[in-house]
Amino acid sequence: MDFLSNVINGISLGSIYAIIALGYTMVYGIAKMLNFAHGDVIMVGAYVCFFMTSRYNMPAIVGILLSMFVCTVLGIMIERLAYKPLRQATSLAVLITAIGMSYFLQNAAQLLWTSNPKVFKSVVGDGGIQLTEGLYVSYVTLVTIAACVIIMIALTVFTGKTKMGKAMRACSEDKGAAQLMGINVNTTISITFAIGSALAAIAGVLLCSAYPNLVPTTGSMPGIKAFTAAVFGGIGSIPGALIGGVLLGIIEIFAKAYISTEISDAIVFGVLIVVLLVKPTGLLGKKISEKV
Amino acid sequence: MKGKKTLNKTSKNNFITMGGLLLVYVIVLILKEGGITTNLINGQLVPICAYMIMAISLNLTVGILGELSLGHAGFMSVGAFGGVFIGSLMQQVSDSKTLCLLVAVIAGGLMAALAGLLIGIPVLRLRGDYLAIVTLAFGQIIKSIVNILYIGLDSEGLHVAFINKPEILDDGKMIISGSMGVVGNRKLSTFTFAFIVLMLCLIVIYNLIQSRTGRAIMALRDNRIAAESVGINVTKYKLLVFSISAAMAGMAGTIFAFNYSTVSPTKFDFNTSILVLVFVVLGGLGSMRGSLIAAALLTLLPELLREFSDYRMLVYAIVLILVMLGTNNPKIRDFFAKMFARKKTAKEENANG
Repeated sequence: MDFLSNVINGISLGSIYAIIALGYTMVYGIAKMLNFAHGDVIMVGAYVCFFMTSRYNMPAIVGILLSMFVCTVLGIMIERLAYKPLRQATSLAVLITAIGMSYFLQNAAQLLWTSNPKVFKSVVGDGGIQLTEGLYVSYVTLVTIAACVIIMIALTVFTGKTKMGKAMRACSEDKGAAQLMGINVNTTISITFAIGSALAAIAGVLLCSAYPNLVPTTGSMPGIKAFTAAVFGGIGSIPGALIGGVLLGIIEIFAKAYISTEISDAIVFGVLIVVLLVKPTGLLGKKISEKV
Repeated sequence: MKGKKTLNKTSKNNFITMGGLLLVYVIVLILKEGGITTNLINGQLVPICAYMIMAISLNLTVGILGELSLGHAGFMSVGAFGGVFIGSLMQQVSDSKTLCLLVAVIAGGLMAALAGLLIGIPVLRLRGDYLAIVTLAFGQIIKSIVNILYIGLDSEGLHVAFINKPEILDDGKMIISGSMGVVGNRKLSTFTFAFIVLMLCLIVIYNLIQSRTGRAIMALRDNRIAAESVGINVTKYKLLVFSISAAMAGMAGTIFAFNYSTVSPTKFDFNTSILVLVFVVLGGLGSMRGSLIAAALLTLLPELLREFSDYRMLVYAIVLILVMLGTNNPKIRDFFAKMFARKKTAKEENANG
């Protein structure tokens, strides 16, 4: 039964990674940039929800919606102020700007909310279900997995069926051609950032519900792991983010349970390197043939 | 003839950089001997040299070879702990501080070069962001492994263990103790030694860039396919750059580690890699002089801003973003270009009139 509960915990942790990885992968697909500040948007989302539910005793749903709203606005603002002026610049310049943004958010959070750890109250309560003898699943785990499934289905429908979603796919294929077809590229990029940041807020709330220690650097390690997950699945691909995230979560939980907690990170990243050696563009990544 | 002329100009520029560095060294040494510099600055001299070596070695990978590396601190970590290990062994047989440090630095450099070669192999199959993530992953792996590594030395010999601390006799001591890192290290590094290593690294890099090899490497950066089609061996040159750059980072790590009595593995995490990358990008890709200046200024800046301790990292972040926007946004750059152009024309008019 240990095995099964590890699998479920792995999928749950992986679902959080997958939701964060979606933000990375969508932004990468459309703006061709690594948004390093994404992990810190998660942290901001978690703090907003924490203050709403624990300080002002609002219902959990209000906290989640408000933190989604704040993160969406934050995401759009970051894009407008820091990334949009650099649309034509080299990718390295944008990367450094994103890192600067990440430092900024972390330090601003430290000034505003101090570095004392806050104990996050789970948004879905502490209980769980005893499925069978020895197999206990907490509500947080179930809600996390459910949220991930719903988000995945919604995003697949959104990018496949709606006008905006099609515009996004067109922009990620070829920005110039998309613009010629009358798509407003700037708006599309802003909306991508908005969706990614709203998802980051959800991920932040779920992450802190499962691991209730909230500090200004809470987002950075899950951010790096989720980025790894996005690359693992093939960056730019939405199903890839799901597969990469869930696999990474399962590997991490198994490494912790059966090998050693201290070395789990090394194993996760080791597997990543091996996968990239075999498939250099990730599991579901597109092979780009080079033209001379 | 034209080619020769530009070469001379580059050489001249390189000599100016090296001469300037030497001058700064002499001035700082005089100030230090005269007791004018504060303890705060004296303590930063060796780390600044180490970070300068880190910056120029990363610039070799990012600026000259054109491959993004997010795990440079991993090589520094290999050099730091490998160097401390060899240095501690050396101290058992030799009393000379400089000799111990020299052997440790060479050993640290060699170990890091080996690690660089190891990471260079997967790199050959990967491009761009995928390569960056592998270097990032490598840095994390090194950090986790050092975090659980225990090496102890006593009269029975070496004890190496992972995860659990090994039992050692009373006459021995732990050289590397897991997440605590190195404790009770002898401070062997001196400013002069660090400076000499820095100068040697700089000379090696300048000579490499100006050699046939360097031109091949830059050809790879500018157009890999074209370079390959005229017979440049991609594998050879990429591995060469990765191992040279890693070796220098390793030497920097050893010097850095021997400047402190305690060194923990978290000192060489992802943030350190990013910090060095920031030096390189702010200083200008491919410009060694820029890297040196950026490394020195950005290491000193947070120290000098200590009075504003709460706000210093926030200010640092804002400055970083503004500088990147200022140097990379075409509109802002044009604005500055116009301003300078106007000044120039005004000057010319004055000269004519």
